[in-house]
Amino acid sequence: MTDDREAIFSRVRGALAPLRERAPLPQYDADMAVLRKMIAGRDLAELLAERMKRVSAHAYTSAAAVADFLKAGGWTRGYCDPALWPQLAPHFGAGFTVETDFDRKRVDDYAFGITRAAGAVAESGTIVLNDAATSRRLAALAPWVHIAVVERAAIFSDLTQAVAALGQDRNVIWVTGPSKTADVEGILIEGVHGPGVQIALIV
Amino acid sequence: MRFQPIDQYSAGLKADTRASVYQSTKSTHEKRTKLLFDQFAAPDRLRELAGEIKQHAIENLDTYLPQVEARLKANGAQVHWAGTAESACAAVLKIMRDRGATKMVKAKTMVSEEIELAHYLEKHGLEALETDLGEFIVQIDDDHPSHIVRPIIHKNRREIATSFEREGLGAYNDDPGTITRRARHFLRHKYLEADVGLTGANFVSAESGRIVLVTNEGNSRFCLAATKCHIALVGIEKIVPRDRDLSILLNLLGRSGTAQDLTVYTEFISGPKSPAQPDGPEEMHVIFVDNGRTEVLASDCREILRCIRCGACLNVCPVYRQASGHAYRSVYPGPVGAVLSPLLMKDKFPQKADLPKASSLCGACNEVCPVNIPIPDLLLRLRNRAKEENVPSPGTPPMGAWALMASQPTAWKAALAGGKLLNYVPTKLIPVPALQAWADKRALPAWRGGEFRKWMRQRAQ
Repeated sequence: MTDDREAIFSRVRGALAPLRERAPLPQYDADMAVLRKMIAGRDLAELLAERMKRVSAHAYTSAAAVADFLKAGGWTRGYCDPALWPQLAPHFGAGFTVETDFDRKRVDDYAFGITRAAGAVAESGTIVLNDAATSRRLAALAPWVHIAVVERAAIFSDLTQAVAALGQDRNVIWVTGPSKTADVEGILIEGVHGPGVQIALIV
Repeated sequence: MRFQPIDQYSAGLKADTRASVYQSTKSTHEKRTKLLFDQFAAPDRLRELAGEIKQHAIENLDTYLPQVEARLKANGAQVHWAGTAESACAAVLKIMRDRGATKMVKAKTMVSEEIELAHYLEKHGLEALETDLGEFIVQIDDDHPSHIVRPIIHKNRREIATSFEREGLGAYNDDPGTITRRARHFLRHKYLEADVGLTGANFVSAESGRIVLVTNEGNSRFCLAATKCHIALVGIEKIVPRDRDLSILLNLLGRSGTAQDLTVYTEFISGPKSPAQPDGPEEMHVIFVDNGRTEVLASDCREILRCIRCGACLNVCPVYRQASGHAYRSVYPGPVGAVLSPLLMKDKFPQKADLPKASSLCGACNEVCPVNIPIPDLLLRLRNRAKEENVPSPGTPPMGAWALMASQPTAWKAALAGGKLLNYVPTKLIPVPALQAWADKRALPAWRGGEFRKWMRQRAQ
């Protein structure tokens, strides 16, 4: 393995040595990939909701509305981050079975999972999750419905801002809509390995 | 030989395969163009910029590779280097054996196809299961992917339903929703049983050591939520200088590949899981793979190393649309494959030297490329190399007579005058196979030789 390292490095140096000059790192305004026209003058929570709809995700601003949505879909058994449940429980009421511990042996028992988001990106309708905010990676992924609780103040306008704010967390994942595939004859199917329904609860 | 190899394959393609490849590539290409031009004032400027960023990165790999290695180690990852396919496979095997691991779940990675990792591990008694729906179907059928982002673009739902039935995944049902649901149910338990999750990398930032992975299905995320050990197989050309460069490239990747603003999951991994996080890998290995890339770097085709594997050049290519991916006999099909595949053959270049000829040089691949690779120029350089190395060129008519005529003005003028005779020649009856193959589907326009010279003379007066 160390031999491979030395061999690769020496081949790289050998390949680059004959170049009279190397391509410079271009200087550019990071704003050039930002969809300014779309963002300008908009309330970010409203834009987020609109852009999430475009990728067939849902945004709600009240916990009671989320509970109604789950009930209507027949998704009454699920997981909730223990830190969030005390505030959410009053809106859910009877008829729901909610666990605050996720048992990976019963992965199919959870119809929904509620976890905290680290933020969101309005421009693309994206929810930002990271290890610090997510109580369980599996709970945000394996259930059919994922509800990410997003704080209004943590909504970035665009991807360029969100990249700049990646920070020190070892794992950051942007989620833009439900899990999907078009592998079979190009037909769009939602809910392949991850959630078939992706929701943001904006608080 | 009557045809070039790619034509031979194309001639045998089933009509419905050709139609579905044509339809889906065309529609993805059209959506891509509309999205980019609706959203950005100058999308071509973005493509050029992305190309400059990647060109800089590959021309400074001697700086960035040690830098990214140091960053990854500081982040708690273990870094390995593999000069060849065998060495990369052996590195994966060793990591698994050291852990006593027997089961791997794999996200889609083109490098793993290139080094034939799954077969290697199976040969050594380990399980390596593909989890991307398309790749899973490729694996159960013992087939090969035919598109970089749409591995089973060549299969229809009836074939897939038959395979699922054969594999015991349920009674025959060719509804794409049912097929997907069955795969979901089967694979999620496999993730949870697996010891190791293997992924590729779309980008690696030299600044932070962050590995960026994009998927739509969420399978790579499942690998990184369920298993305790993450192995990332990374081609050495995946480096980008800084995190901020990622936003330019990510903005282009989804739009170019599948006409999405962003792919559904974009994951930034800079080490094993955080200590407080219950799920995910406690151990992370990054294997940097050369396998011919340094030879490409040393060649006059190094621009191809900018490629971010979006598949846009396949979707727009008139040859790919007719021939489909297997015609390229390589892991990388389409225009990018016609450049990269012969180069990655190293000293066996002649075996794939025909691929750069399978192009009309129309330039569409360059126009859609998110990193602005001058693919037609590179194809010409490879044709030149084949000529210089005297690689035989089956199916290509000899050009000696043409060269003689075109270099002698009197011969040229005589040929122009004589060309009128062509109007009376039954093209289909000329006993030259290449010409007959051509004339089979087409007719020559009436000869109008010499008109341009006449027009030029009048204009000059």
